[in-house]
Amino acid sequence: MTSAAVAEPREFSTVSTGFSTGPARTMRKPRVGVIVFPGSNCDRDAGNAFVETEQGDTVYLWHEETDLQGVDAVVVPGGFSYGDALRAGAIARFAPIMGEVARFAEAGGLVVGVCNGFQILCEAGLLPGALIRNEGLRFICRQVNLRVETADTPFTALYEQGEVLSIPIAHGEGCYTCDDVTYDRLAAENQILFRYCERDGSLTPAANPNGSRGSIAGIVGGPSRNVLGMMPHPERATTAALGSSDGERLFAGIRHALSAAR
Amino acid sequence: MPKVTVTVTLKPTLLDAQGRTVETALHSMGFGEASGVRIGKIIEMQIADGMPTAEAEARTAAMCEKLLANPVTESYRIEVEA
Repeated sequence: MTSAAVAEPREFSTVSTGFSTGPARTMRKPRVGVIVFPGSNCDRDAGNAFVETEQGDTVYLWHEETDLQGVDAVVVPGGFSYGDALRAGAIARFAPIMGEVARFAEAGGLVVGVCNGFQILCEAGLLPGALIRNEGLRFICRQVNLRVETADTPFTALYEQGEVLSIPIAHGEGCYTCDDVTYDRLAAENQILFRYCERDGSLTPAANPNGSRGSIAGIVGGPSRNVLGMMPHPERATTAALGSSDGERLFAGIRHALSAAR
Repeated sequence: MPKVTVTVTLKPTLLDAQGRTVETALHSMGFGEASGVRIGKIIEMQIADGMPTAEAEARTAAMCEKLLANPVTESYRIEVEA
């Protein structure tokens, strides 16, 4: 028996995968590229989130590379890229790999920026607005409540609108800011994805940990609502052992969206 | 070598949380005359000899637009010493 003869039946042995086309591709999970900058520190957590929730395989892409290696989605992870020199994300946004990430995003590819990744995507102009120093000036690392503002994105499709999630934050510069025109457009276009809230879902100043405009914790942008930026860390909330598994459906949502697109 | 100094501050429309905290501290120390405290950063650099001042200013402005300041949140001021 040749190895080819063994491989052949495997191609067609799995039915009802939910994938529509491409028999060879349907056999595998999505490949997710996690960008690694000097100073990234959530890259492994982000990569593991896909692997451990069985929603994808992970490829790590060093910032000096210029090839996304054909990945199906990209994560720009948290950390302190380039030591936050000048401004958080200001240098990383010019890294060689970011040109490819921008092209990928503009072509409709799914891009997720978490924490420093959100700051980088804003600096790169892939998302509107900017993240500045927390209103209280302190670095805050704790669990927060997030209200899902819309399920109409690939990232939140498996959540209910209005649902309250428990996800941790860990940042010193997470105060989302933008001008009035941008804010009105975000609201009108349903681009606000998550807001900091009380446990019952109500919005109060006390529940807004960093002074973000409109209590914004995450937004979506890109040509097809395909670019997500959020300060909270869903990759740190993928299993009950971490205190919350509320982040898991975000990764599952990405897989679902990629499956449907094939 | 001409010396360039770039001063970057948060736009006046944005709350400068650091500036507010420092202002409160100044007031508590008896410096009640201080108001409108804003905290920013200064970037100093040398520009290659022979570049005319106007060109040095224009090139520095380009640096600010591209990297040194975030146009969403910050304003900048350029001074060139020949």
